[in-house]
Amino acid sequence: MTAIRPAGKPRARAHWLLLPAAAVLLVVFFYPLATILWRSIAEPEFGPGNYLAVLGDAVALRVVLRTLGTALIITAVTLLIAYPYAYAMTLVGRRARGLLTLLVLMPFWTSLMARNFAWYVLEQRGGVIERAFAAIGIHGVTLLGSVAGVTVAMVQVMLPFMVLPLQNAMLGIDRGLLHAAGSLGAPRPTAFLRIYLPLSMPGVLSGVSVVFIMSLGFYITPALLGTPQQALVAQVIGTRVNDLLDFPGAGALGAVLLVITLVVLALLGRVAGPVGASMTGGGDRG
Amino acid sequence: MTEPMTGIATTQVTKAYPGSERPAVDDVSLHIADGEFMTFLGPSGSGKTTMLSMIAGFTPLSAGSITVDGREISRLKPHRRDLGVVFQQYALFPHLSVARNVAFGLTQRKRPKAEIDRRVGEVLEMVGLSGVRERFPRQLSGGQQQRVALARAVAYEPRALLLDEPLAALDKRLRDQLQREIAHMHRELGMTFLFVTHDQQEALTLSDRIAVFNEGRIEQLGTPAELYERPGTLFVAQFLGESNALRLRPGEVTIVRPERVTLHTGTESVAAGQQRRSATVTDVVYVGDHSRIWLRYADGARGCAVLGAGTTHEHRPGSEVVVAWHPEHEAVVPDAEGNPK
Amino acid sequence: MGERTLGWGLRLWVTLVGLLLVAPTLIVIPMSFGAGSTFRFPPEHWSLHWYAEFFTSKQWLASLANSLQVGLLAAALATVLGTAAAFGIDRARFRARGVLRQLLMAPMILPGIVVAVAIYGVFLRWQLNGTMLGFVLAHTVLGVPFVITSVQTSLAHYDPTMEKAAACLGAGRFSTLRRIVLPLIAPGCVSGFVFAFATSFDEVVIALFLQTPDIKTLPVKMYESIVLEIDPTIAAASSLIVVLTTVLLLVPQFLRRRSHHD
Repeated sequence: MTAIRPAGKPRARAHWLLLPAAAVLLVVFFYPLATILWRSIAEPEFGPGNYLAVLGDAVALRVVLRTLGTALIITAVTLLIAYPYAYAMTLVGRRARGLLTLLVLMPFWTSLMARNFAWYVLEQRGGVIERAFAAIGIHGVTLLGSVAGVTVAMVQVMLPFMVLPLQNAMLGIDRGLLHAAGSLGAPRPTAFLRIYLPLSMPGVLSGVSVVFIMSLGFYITPALLGTPQQALVAQVIGTRVNDLLDFPGAGALGAVLLVITLVVLALLGRVAGPVGASMTGGGDRG
Repeated sequence: MTEPMTGIATTQVTKAYPGSERPAVDDVSLHIADGEFMTFLGPSGSGKTTMLSMIAGFTPLSAGSITVDGREISRLKPHRRDLGVVFQQYALFPHLSVARNVAFGLTQRKRPKAEIDRRVGEVLEMVGLSGVRERFPRQLSGGQQQRVALARAVAYEPRALLLDEPLAALDKRLRDQLQREIAHMHRELGMTFLFVTHDQQEALTLSDRIAVFNEGRIEQLGTPAELYERPGTLFVAQFLGESNALRLRPGEVTIVRPERVTLHTGTESVAAGQQRRSATVTDVVYVGDHSRIWLRYADGARGCAVLGAGTTHEHRPGSEVVVAWHPEHEAVVPDAEGNPK
Repeated sequence: MGERTLGWGLRLWVTLVGLLLVAPTLIVIPMSFGAGSTFRFPPEHWSLHWYAEFFTSKQWLASLANSLQVGLLAAALATVLGTAAAFGIDRARFRARGVLRQLLMAPMILPGIVVAVAIYGVFLRWQLNGTMLGFVLAHTVLGVPFVITSVQTSLAHYDPTMEKAAACLGAGRFSTLRRIVLPLIAPGCVSGFVFAFATSFDEVVIALFLQTPDIKTLPVKMYESIVLEIDPTIAAASSLIVVLTTVLLLVPQFLRRRSHHD
């Protein structure tokens, strides 16, 4: 209050610094996005034709629903795997936590193509996974070319985005509360359900939204490990552009993805802070 | 009066921020003599910090002029004004060692290396930090950091040193200690010091003269004793410490400081020629070197008396007393209802 | 908090998840030392054949060179734009500031495939597909958010009063920038650059659309080596990238440790 306030002028001038980045993004990012969205309603003739085609075409609709379903499954599995892991991270000592953090960041460290190649090798016919299952008597488990194969690979790469916000929220929970609940007569499962789980919800919400959003847009992993017969939206967008140069159709599908993304973001913005914070740990666009 | 050509002079300085109803600083003219320790005292938002900021060159003036030794500086960039500034939050450069922080102003002035080394040694010696030359700011305590900041601001012998609430971030014990060190530095360097604070004790302890700021104007300017004993306004009287403020005549308030009153159990012991008023004791606080007796006068006004240690008294909350003082210890100020305390 | 020991259930769980996390890396490196010409794992014989293949193949080396060039240029551009923008966000005081920041972050959040086809659409018209400029521009946009984030992190520890302190001490604008501001935000710029480079170097969705037979990046070449041909050279390439990214990601870590101040 009484400390010397910054002089007015440099602040007034500072917003020009935003201009170059804004200009480049406008030309190379927002203009292209606007263009493809515009084309989705303006071509071949003006109207909602492309959108009606998406919603009216059983195949396209199934693709959208399959994508949502896959993203949901990936999100749920990632949460189930990540929650105990994050919980364990808050219990162990400093050095063990360092190791667990390093492990969870592994997917960032391994390049996208290297990782997908590795999953290709693991999941292929006669690969390590199939042989491992065969060894315990279950034969014919070939994940390559199935939604399951895509899911496994995507869960792995999504883990950091789930573990980090979870751990963040859990570190803020006072464990004394659990003891307090115990002393008030709550058995451990009750204490967990009524105290710990609700308190960790901000982390759950932020992790779930980030993973869900990112899972919707994956392209490379489904293209390599999935199959065209069970295509996801991203693949269909890619195919339409690559094989048919159908930008308006791709734009309509893209708009569907964008809308879902923005809706999830907006919902999250209401219940938690900005997503940017939890998404800045590292990016992965696969 | 000092020769007006030397020292810092401000003439009708005004700072008005667009959109605010009254100017942050309103038509302030002031002369700070060469070598003087001047303090700007006032509550937050009174304009004292804005005033310092304009002298330092961080805030442009809306009107008026500022001269240093007769040279107009109000349009110069901060780095051309040759002033030293100490900030509340130290503002040490975290990537530079203590020695390089202190040397910054000297290297900027392209002084020879040998001189820089010598001077850095001298000022660090002066603030008692010769042992930490190669440390980094983050390795120092708050008090040490502020000492480094002081050393850095005087190392290049600027025309004057401006201190913006330099002790506000420190705890009480450190604050007292640094107060003494700042007073010592002022004596040793003979430099003009301009000190900004909202702490009246700090101002009274350190300053040659104090300018009390209120609502963008200088309410009163004078030596600590003048301001304390002879406040010109109710605001100054109340801002500088406790007082017995009595409304004896309409439109006027009579101020008597707690140290200037005596308490009596009856009127017999009151010397002739003294003013007297009866009051009720509301609280007795023992502070070690003195006791504070809180009073309520018949008209509801509150007051206070200070009794030195060793004075035995039997005042208890609820007891009736006669408060007496010598008329020459009164200060009469215009009444201003609703002034901030 | 006191150290606790985990129950056996949690211990097992953590071990399994850990295994899932490292599995791909554990596969790639042995694969690269195989001798066979299939993707069989584990390889039956060992050799450096695929490394030799990588370093003698014109196509692989050209794609590597392209990736390095695109990555360095895009990262440099993103660092300049992102650093300025981070300063702007930090200093400017206007209402749309938050919205503007969100917009600059958008490339990190929106689905990659949509961004890819959108950029491809206009680049086709501007004839930027299959050009170095096209790759660089697209990857710059992806890199900017990373630079903004990491520069903002170093600005969070940065007290603007220091610029005033420098000014009083006699430093002009340029001198303050050179001696105070840049040294303090340098770690943020460096890690932003590294992240932007790593993002570009790893990016494949946009690159797949912008590529032409004449100009491919390394990830595109790797993609084709799985989809179009079974070429185990990808194992060598993958291992090299794993090593390279590890080194790159350790650099900002190291810088941060050296200049950690709070």
